[in-house]
This record gives sequence, structure tokens and C-alpha cells, in this order.
Amino acid sequence: MAGINASAAPATVSPGLSIRGLRLEIRNGKSIKTILKGIDVEVPAGRITGLAGESGSGKTMTAMAVCGLLPDGSVTSGDAIFEGQNLLDLSPRRMNALRGRKISMIFQDPTASLHPMISIGGQLTDHMRHHMKYGKAEAHHRAVELLTMVEVPRPEEALRKFPHQFSGGQLQRIAIAIALACNPSVLLADEPTTALDVTVQAGVLRLLRRLCDDLGIAILLVTHDLGVMSALADTIAVMRNGEVVETGNRFQVITSPKHPYTKALIDALPTHEAIMVDDDDE
Amino acid sequence: MPESSNSGGQARPAKATARGHHPLARYLATRLGLSVLLVFGVTLVTFVLTNLVPADPVQAALGEQAAADPQIVAQFRKQAGLDQPLPVQYVNYLGRLLTGNLGTSNQTRLPVSQEIAKAFPATAELALVAILISIVIGVALGLWAALRRRRAADHVIRAVSLVGLSIPTFWLALLMYYIFFFKLRIFPGSGRLSPTAIAPPHVTGLYTVDSLLAGQLDNFADALSHLILPALVLALYTVGLLTRFSRSSVLDVLNQDFVKAAKAKGLPARVVVTRYVLRGALVPIITIVGLAFGSLLSGTVLVEKVFAWHGIGEYAFTAATKLDLPAVMGVGLVVGIVYIGINFLVDVLYGVIDPRVRIQ
Amino acid sequence: MSLEQGLTRPRFRLPATLRNPMAVVGASIILLWILVAAVISHIWPVDPLAQNFDRLLPPGAAHWFGTDQLGRDVLSRTLAGSQTSLPLSLLLVVCAMILGGSLGAIAGYFGKAIDETIMRIADLVFAFPTIILAMVIAAALGPSLTNAVIAMLIVSWPSYARVMRSLVIGARGSEYVIAGRLMGSGAFTSLWRDILPNVLAPLLVLATLDVGTAILLLSGLSFLGLGAVPPTPDWGAMVSDGVQQFSSWWIAVFPGLAILSVVLAFNFLGDAWRDSLDPRTADAVQGRAI
Repeated sequence: MAGINASAAPATVSPGLSIRGLRLEIRNGKSIKTILKGIDVEVPAGRITGLAGESGSGKTMTAMAVCGLLPDGSVTSGDAIFEGQNLLDLSPRRMNALRGRKISMIFQDPTASLHPMISIGGQLTDHMRHHMKYGKAEAHHRAVELLTMVEVPRPEEALRKFPHQFSGGQLQRIAIAIALACNPSVLLADEPTTALDVTVQAGVLRLLRRLCDDLGIAILLVTHDLGVMSALADTIAVMRNGEVVETGNRFQVITSPKHPYTKALIDALPTHEAIMVDDDDE
Repeated sequence: MPESSNSGGQARPAKATARGHHPLARYLATRLGLSVLLVFGVTLVTFVLTNLVPADPVQAALGEQAAADPQIVAQFRKQAGLDQPLPVQYVNYLGRLLTGNLGTSNQTRLPVSQEIAKAFPATAELALVAILISIVIGVALGLWAALRRRRAADHVIRAVSLVGLSIPTFWLALLMYYIFFFKLRIFPGSGRLSPTAIAPPHVTGLYTVDSLLAGQLDNFADALSHLILPALVLALYTVGLLTRFSRSSVLDVLNQDFVKAAKAKGLPARVVVTRYVLRGALVPIITIVGLAFGSLLSGTVLVEKVFAWHGIGEYAFTAATKLDLPAVMGVGLVVGIVYIGINFLVDVLYGVIDPRVRIQ
Repeated sequence: MSLEQGLTRPRFRLPATLRNPMAVVGASIILLWILVAAVISHIWPVDPLAQNFDRLLPPGAAHWFGTDQLGRDVLSRTLAGSQTSLPLSLLLVVCAMILGGSLGAIAGYFGKAIDETIMRIADLVFAFPTIILAMVIAAALGPSLTNAVIAMLIVSWPSYARVMRSLVIGARGSEYVIAGRLMGSGAFTSLWRDILPNVLAPLLVLATLDVGTAILLLSGLSFLGLGAVPPTPDWGAMVSDGVQQFSSWWIAVFPGLAILSVVLAFNFLGDAWRDSLDPRTADAVQGRAI
């Protein structure tokens, strides 16, 4: 609980994200590839919504479409409603003002998603100073608070260091701190533990759970790992070939899958029992 | 949290102090050692080329007439130490180099070191201005092309940079001189200053700097206007080189996750490009700047003559056309050492820029 | 045998390259110049060495490109210049590729002391700016085209050695090479049959781009008086004549244009070819470029 600002995020205001009929095509010259064929996913505040599926199923593209970071030639249609507005219709300028502020992301490999030549302090404060108009001292204060919140030891010292001086697990905590810096309402987590050592995965997952509960953030968890999914997600949507084939709460989906594809995914797990993190951790 | 207890900050600094060296100092010591080895290699090359390769080194040094007289030849061989074994000759050669003795020019009968020292500032001024032009234009064009990948601007920049790499420098020099001086009279003619001007008091030997230091603004303007055309000609090839390499380095960086992450933070495009993309591409670009200096130094040999720019390049041109072997070797040695020095500076810059080298 | 062929996948793809308009332009210009070099002395009526009294004549009906300081026809000298520049540059690049490629392959394949020795010598060559080293060597050997080519060979093999070495080190650990070794291939067979076809394409791209560099270097040496000896018609030497007579622009402009056109042609071709091999610059690149 240490370090969480009481005024940080009143849970009642967080509206969550609602994706309806999301379609995505990528046009390259004459060829048109349909990536998403009408996705419906609800990402309510204070809950973790899982998006499962193997690589190429379109789960990452769903997250990228929501935050407007798609490759050249992408054409979207449908709705991604956030705070009463359709994110897909926003101008690049307005979308950029939301990114990192109200909607933030964490990526798979923290050693790649953090710039190797910019100090942790620099990377933790630059968007804060841009979005929140914080001064230097204010941003520094907030940065220390954030690192304390994600349990990085000796925050003051850590701010002066560079990414190569940390382990993968620590870096992912720092990446989470960066994502949370401006009190976002929605957090898109793209395979947040896949690149990490198995021994530190549980810690990062537990942190995400706690932040979701404490701060009331809507988290969209994208992962191919049903073990991670069953440990963390409240509801799970299973994707295949650009479509959601099954949605439900995690016990339903994991214990009694309806769709044969979901069954196949679960059977592929090494043990059917997943790591299971307690919801009321700490 | 198992990982938070052991991988914080305490283990690594302890290791560094145990070895007793700052990582940057250790890195620089290694690079310096390699550079010194290369300098020895360079002296070995000039030694071999001066004393062994010419069909008859005695004749090369004395000229045909004197070489026909056996007495003069014997005396020369003894004097020059040519009757001693090769390793001894090499050590003697190194000893002479250490005292700054690069031999005597066959043409002017003056010490080569003295003539090169006189010519050095002119070339340094020209090369520095040319490399500055190349960095500014080349990196900007490369960045622009990468950001507009596969669009019109990219294709145009690519074609232009290929043309820059394909134009023979010495020909371009002649063409520019003919058009802009002889025909259009836009730029002043050859030399570093107008014939009526008096060189500023010698401090650095760079006329633009010296004239500013002396407060002679008209002299500065004169020196600068003489400098621009040869510097532009010299820079064209390196602009092409830097444009192409900056483009591919920036493309590499654009594909990195940290650029995507920076965009996901909602930073303005300008900040993403300058703070994240350019900084990531800086190390490869600096490497190429070091290499580009090599082309620049080569280029001076071909360009200076045309502009009557009395630098090392013109000296080398004259020496080469007159087959003045000691002078040519002196230039090769000095330019080689300068080039090694520049690449050592590039290594130092690496260490300063990249925390992965600086801190461990 | 068929198994081995199945395991090695040669990446030789020139035809795809030739769909690029830049490559087509480049290839056409090269073919044109090769044609000129091959037939010029048989069909061209004006002797490039013949002197006449009309010195420094500007371009006109009798002499389309004018005449030089000795009254020689600049057009026929420019055309004849292709007979020295083109074959010598091509020869040089082939020699440098064979020499550098072999040394690099040996260094990369065997490693250890052999690798160290070869690559330290290469480093030493890289310690000099190219033309400076070529100039120093050519000056020591004495001015002649042969010596210029020897000097250029000494300065150009190391880039092939470096590329070849890293390619071989990369290929050495791949499955098809290991499979070949397990099937009993010796070191030489392994290099020749399993590794070479897989690393040939990048090496040839380097060579194509290097022909342009070689022509520039050779003409540079001739410009310095260390290459072609008068009266041989040579582009670099002709530009050098133009420096002495710079008000007669035509003496230097036309041979310079000839150099530019050939070098540009090789660079266009090599660049387009490299582009088709390099996945980084291809359309596979995802993500918007800001």
C-alpha cells in the first residue's frame, strides 16, 4: 500500500473502455489484409480483462488500434468508446494527448521498450512534464512516489541509473511506473510477463492485480499464456483469426470452455492448474 | 519479491571498485592502446614503402645522376644507415620520426615535417568546415528520408545521395571553380584570402578563427568566402555517405520497441524524434562520421590543388606528380596518424554518450 | 546430393532486382559503356592519339567535344578512356573479391591465430584513408596503370575480407553447414559447397557498389599522375589536363561526365540489388514512421 496517493485515482470516475465491432484492414498497394473482423470486448474499470489467443490472432493489434499506433495503411472501423468518445475517430493530435495520459501501455520486453541511453528518471518524467505540466521538482517527487509504489528499491538512486543496470523484472516494474505516471484510466498490457524470468513473473502479476484493485484502473491484458491469464484476468476473451470466439469470467472459460479452440488452448497448457494469484493479496 | 532483494544497486558498484578502475577509464585505456598499436603499424607501412619497395631506394632518394656515381651511393648508404640490418634500420627510422624528422623533400630540399606543419592548419580548417557541413546536411537528410520511408522525399534523397557518392571530387572541384569563380564571379578565386589581404596574426592557423580572435571582421568574411566553395565540394561525397548511413541507422532505431513506447507515452512527434530516435541513432552515426573523415582527408588531396589551397592536400598532389617519395610518405604518415587520432576521439565520444560503456 | 541441395538455399535473386527502374537505368548505361569499350577502336574513325594543329578548339561541328592542349579530339579520347577504366576496374574488383573473400573466409572459418593475423592486417589498411594509402603505395611502386591497380588491390581487399568473415561466422553455425560436416564434408568442401552459395549474394552486391569506387579511385590516381601514363587516354588524366587549361572547360567536363555516368550506373544497380536482399529496407518493416 505504501506510497499510493489517496487522491491519485478515485475509482468512481474511471469509466473503462468499450470495444464494439472493431474491424481492421491493412492495405498495401493492391493487397488488403483483414486483421480484425469485428471485435467486441468490454474493459470495465477496476477489472482485468484478458485477451487470449496465439500469435497472429490479432490480440496485440486490438490493443494497438485502441491507442492509435497502427502500421501504415491501416483502416479501422467500429467503436472504441472511452469517456463518451470514439477513440477511432479522434484526430492524431487528440489521440496523442490521451496516450500516456488517460490510456497507457506496457510492452513485452522491458529491456527493449526502455531507451538504453536515457536515465530512468528522464524516461519516467518526460511525459509527466508534457501531459501534467509538472515542474522539475514536482515530477521528481512523483517519480519517487511511483517507484515506491511499484516496489523498486532505493528510488532516488534508481532515477539516476540507466536501464542496463537493472534486471528484467525491475525494468518491467519501472515500465509499469512510467505507464501509471499520469494516473491513466486504462492500461493496455501487451504480454507484460512473457519476456521475464519465471521466478519474477508472479511478482509483476501480483503488482498489476494490486494496482488494478487499488487505483481502479481498467486493464486490458494481452497474452498468449493461459496460465498468466487464469492467474490474473477477471474476464477472458479468446481470440482466433481476428475474431473473439469465446468470452466469460475466468472460471467459466478455464474450467468449462465452450469453444473447441479454447479447449485446445487449455489442453496445451503443461498443467491444467495455473499459478492462481490471490485476489485479495496483501 | 525475490528479484527486488538481490538485483538492486549494491552488487555492481562493489564489483567495479573491487577491480579498482572506473569502467570508462578501462575502456579508454584499451582504445588508446589499440590506437598506439595502429600508429606503429602505420610507421611500419611507410618504412617498408620508403626503404624496401622502390625498385632502387637510393635512386629514389638521390635522383638519377647522383645514383650513377658509386662513391656518392656508398656514402649515402652509410649515411642513411642502409648498410645496417632491417630491424636496426626500422628502429633508427622510428627514432628519427620521434624527433620529428620525416626526411627531406627531393623537390624543395626542405624538411618534410616543416612543410607539412606549415600546410596543416589550412587543411584542418577546410576539413573541419567540410565535416560540419556534412554532419548537418547529411544527418538531416538521412533522418528526413527515414521518416518519409518509401515516399517521394525518400526516393529523391536517395538518388541525390547516390549522385553525391558518384561524382569524382576533383572533377566537381574544377567544374565549380569554373562556374562560380571564372564565369559567374559569385565566389572569390583560389587561395585562402584575397591577394591584397594580410593574414591574421597566427594563433590557431585557421584564418577564420584567427581573424575573429583579432577582431578583423572583413578578414573573417574574406576567409569565409574563400572557404565555402572548396568546403562544399569536399563535403558532397561525405554528405552522400552520411545521408545513407543516417537513414539506415534511423530506420533501425524506428523499429525498436522504445520508439513505440515513447509514442505510447503520448510525447509529441518532435520530442520522440529528437530525444528518442536521434539519440538512439547517434552511436552508429558518430562511427560513420569518423569514417567520413577518412574520405574527407582523401578528398583534400584531389581538391586543394584546384583551388590553390596551400594545405597538405596540395602538397601531396605536387609531391605525387613529381614523385617526391619522402614528401609522399610524410603525408601518408601524418594523415594516417591524424585519422587514427580522429577515430580514437570517436571512441571517446562513444564512451561519453553511451551509458552502457560509461557505467557498468 | 539432392539432400544437400535441399538444405542449402542459394539467395541469388538478380531478376527481382531488375524490376527496379534505377537498376534498369544503371544496367543499361553499364552495357552501353561495355559495348563502347569493346568496339570503339574498330569502328571509330578518329584516332584518340592523333595530334593536329587545332589546339584547344571548343566543341563544334568538326570536333563535337572540342580538342585538347595537343589538338587531340576530346570525344574520341573520352570514348577510348573506357578501354582503360572499365576493364581495369572490373579486373580489380574481381581480384579484390577473390583475394579478400578467400582471406575473410579462411579467417572466419578457422578463427584463432589465422583470424587474428589476417584481420589485424586488414585493420592496418583501414587505418589509412583509402586514396592516401593507394597514393603512397603507387608512388613507391612508380607511376603505371599496373602499379595503380596493385596499389588499389592492396587497399580494397580488406572490406571483402571483413564482410566475408562475418558472413562465414554467421553461416558456420547454421544447420545446413553442420549437416554438411556431419555428412563428412571437409573444411574446404564445407566452405565451397555449403557456405559460399549462401553468402555470395551480399558479396556480389558489395562488389557491384565497389566497381564505382574503384573507377573513382583509379581516375583519382591518374589525376595525381600515378596511374595512366601519357599519352594513354584516361579519364582521370584528362581531367588533370583540364586543371592546367581550366578556361577550356571541355577538356575536363566530358571525361568527368563519363566517370560520373559509369560510377552512378554501378551505384544504382548495386543499391537496388542490395535493397532487394536487405529485409530491413523492404516493405516487411512494420510500424508508422512517425
